[in-house]
Amino acid sequence: MYKIAAVGDRNSVYGFASLGLKVFFAEDGAEAKHVIRTLAAEEYAVIYVTEKLISEIPDEIDKYSDKPLPAIIPIPGVAGNTGFGLRNVSRFVEQAVGSDILSD
Amino acid sequence: MAILNVNPTRMELTNLKRKLTTARRGHKLLKDKRDELMRRFLDLVRENKQLRREVEQGLKKANGYMSLARSAMSDEALNVALLMPKQEMYLDISEKNVMSVMIPEFSVKFKTADENDVYSYGFADTAIDLDEAVAAYAEIMQKMIRLAEVEKACSLMAAEIEKTRRRVNALEYVMIPQYEETIKYITMKLDENDRSTTTRLMKVKDMMLEQAHHYSQHRAQE
Repeated sequence: MYKIAAVGDRNSVYGFASLGLKVFFAEDGAEAKHVIRTLAAEEYAVIYVTEKLISEIPDEIDKYSDKPLPAIIPIPGVAGNTGFGLRNVSRFVEQAVGSDILSD
Repeated sequence: MAILNVNPTRMELTNLKRKLTTARRGHKLLKDKRDELMRRFLDLVRENKQLRREVEQGLKKANGYMSLARSAMSDEALNVALLMPKQEMYLDISEKNVMSVMIPEFSVKFKTADENDVYSYGFADTAIDLDEAVAAYAEIMQKMIRLAEVEKACSLMAAEIEKTRRRVNALEYVMIPQYEETIKYITMKLDENDRSTTTRLMKVKDMMLEQAHHYSQHRAQE
């Protein structure tokens, strides 16, 4: 049985608690890094992290990108959508194909 | 293209020919793998983009309600309402093998029988916006799980495609031409050796005949 976590500033991830996700509050990159490390070592399969925090710690995120678990997924925070998530998907296309052929 | 540093012998030639066959077969297989991975990857990426748009839209809605709820309720009341959830989500994970990329598949398990049983509070002390927010979150959750699955798959496959593409290119533009050139070089060298042996033999034969019959002297006398 694997668990799901949401990491972010208090206001962004608060609501996920009602669905039964484990929420962890982190205000800046350093905190988020620490939390993600702890979670990755435990049985968390999916970790939703706010875009703002993810963009502060790209190196840490890259560490998990070639492992099957955990999946670290950027979500927009309460401050609004930065477009990081979609850019991230475009980056996959770029990596695989050589250029972003699906941009629109 | 540089040739390999080998001795031009028949044994090397046989070895190289065998290596070239293997390289060609490997190249063909890897190319097929790359093409199939690419096809699946593009399908997945399209789904990924679509899901991401929907999820981001849904979260925006949920966050909006959440802000309203927060302004209508005190922090303490919100804590009481939310931080002791009665619903819990777990994931069962199986692995799917797509062209030797291990992709996790999630299936969601809920603690309570009714998965929509998400209201962890009585309705009396909370704002209506909180109900809306929680409903919005619940609505988007299935998609978020699927998004996690697809996005992880995309990330893993992108890495694998990049690796496979490098291998295909290395075989196609470096290894195979190198083997071909070296094989050509050895064949030429061996042929050249053959020819030089033949000419040497002819020359020796001439000299032996000359010694035995003294043709040049006969010719001089005539």
